[in-house]
Amino acid sequence: MLIEFSFGLIFWMTISFLAVLFILRKFAWKPILDTLHEREQGIEDALNEAKKAREEIATMQAGNEALMREAREEREVLLREAREIRDKEIAAAKDKAKAEADALLARAQEEIRNEKNAAITEMKNQVAELSIQIAERILRDKLADGAAQKALVEKVMADADKHLS
Amino acid sequence: MHARVSPFGTDGYLCARISGAVPSASHVKPLLRAAFLLILGVLSSLFPVQASGSEEGHHGKEPFDPGHMIMGHVGDEHGWHLFGHTTLPLPIIAYNTERGLSVFSSGRFDHGHKTYGGYMLQEGKLVATTAPDGTPVEEATRDEALTKATWDISITKNVAGMLTSVVLMLLIFLSVAKGYRTRGTGAPKGLQSFIEPIILFVRDDVAKPNIGPKYRKFMPFLLTVFFFILINNLMGLIPIAPFGANVTGSISVTFALAVFTFLITLYYGNRHYWGHILAMPGVPKPVLLILTPVEILGVFLRPAILMIRLFANITAGHIIVLSFFALIFIFGEINAGLGWGVSVFTLVFTVFMSMLELLVAFIQAFVFTFLSAMYFGAAVEEHHEHKESLV
Repeated sequence: MLIEFSFGLIFWMTISFLAVLFILRKFAWKPILDTLHEREQGIEDALNEAKKAREEIATMQAGNEALMREAREEREVLLREAREIRDKEIAAAKDKAKAEADALLARAQEEIRNEKNAAITEMKNQVAELSIQIAERILRDKLADGAAQKALVEKVMADADKHLS
Repeated sequence: MHARVSPFGTDGYLCARISGAVPSASHVKPLLRAAFLLILGVLSSLFPVQASGSEEGHHGKEPFDPGHMIMGHVGDEHGWHLFGHTTLPLPIIAYNTERGLSVFSSGRFDHGHKTYGGYMLQEGKLVATTAPDGTPVEEATRDEALTKATWDISITKNVAGMLTSVVLMLLIFLSVAKGYRTRGTGAPKGLQSFIEPIILFVRDDVAKPNIGPKYRKFMPFLLTVFFFILINNLMGLIPIAPFGANVTGSISVTFALAVFTFLITLYYGNRHYWGHILAMPGVPKPVLLILTPVEILGVFLRPAILMIRLFANITAGHIIVLSFFALIFIFGEINAGLGWGVSVFTLVFTVFMSMLELLVAFIQAFVFTFLSAMYFGAAVEEHHEHKESLV
């Protein structure tokens, strides 16, 4: 009685189990499992995205730091270059000024020398003229008679002889 | 026919299975024994000694037959015994190759005492007879040829119980599915959040590890089997009318379930699976002569064991609790006070066993599903690692 296969029970069991299986498969298990899968996928995606975002932020930070370092280095370089350029320009200006001053000085000295020479020449000429005029006057006075003229010529001739011997 | 009905409604099978010793029983036992003897002694002295019912012969009261009572409750019936002499009649549906289809209420049989529509009940079985309607069963004779030609597809107690569970299942899971449709991927709510962990358990701990990447196509069957067994097991524990039928404890039901597992395994069995059964690779030819028949036998044995395990576990639980209730009446026949005294212990044990049976309800649903998944996994497994070098 206990272990007895009943046709009716097996019949109804098969029908109702198959009915439940097909109804639930279509209207319950499929939407439930799909939604669960979707939710899990969503959570996984969100986690992955968060991870990616974290990595991105990290790389961005590293990039920022590199950029800062670069900028700092560039600034250093620029400053150094500017300082060099400044120094060079100052030096150049100094040299130029010195050269100009030297040139000016040289020209001034030249001019002074020229003026001096001219003045000396003029003075020499004037002294010579004055001397000639003085000598003319003296000579005119002293050589007013013929005897004096003759004595002088002789004297000059004697000197010339002395020089020649 | 039940001679007695328990005052506690033994229709419900508040029952469980003894599957282990009671913890800390050693120091509780002497105490229990003392209390037991005390209660029995006091109660039996209060009531006068009563001769057994049959000897006294008032109203031809039969002596209590525990075997009959238990088997009646564990087995199937045409009609649902509610309480006392009240039985809910159930539809009789019989197809006879000569008479055609007959559909009528089991109430027409008058608790199995009379014939109707050419049929009568003999020990709960529907048999054909040629006696006219209303003939007492004792006077009618069974027509062997007509009985053989009869296919009984009546809605019996177990069928009705099963259909109740089926309706319950549809209500539960269609409403849960609706929750998923309306809430989408949002957080589950209400019944949905109760069912979801169980579905995830079946998917992640039963299907995935046993079947592997192809688990998806087996999920509907595994989920349906799991919840079908679980709900029917639990319904069997509720002692009130639309529940309490011993559905998963009837071998016909477990047979049908096991046949599904068997057919699905065969249908999805691939080359490797059959190769392993018919000619296990890497095994010498003479050994195959023994191994192949064993493997072929195994194909049938595996679902057979599924069938027997579920049936035996659930039925055993029900029988144990019914036996406890039977004790009340066995002692009650000796002495009414003794019966009352025993009932106290029966109740304590019944409550304990009901707890155990709750656990068994889950475990058996899990085991059936788990083993089914394992067989499916073996059927669809793609890659086998053999030790080919047996030279």
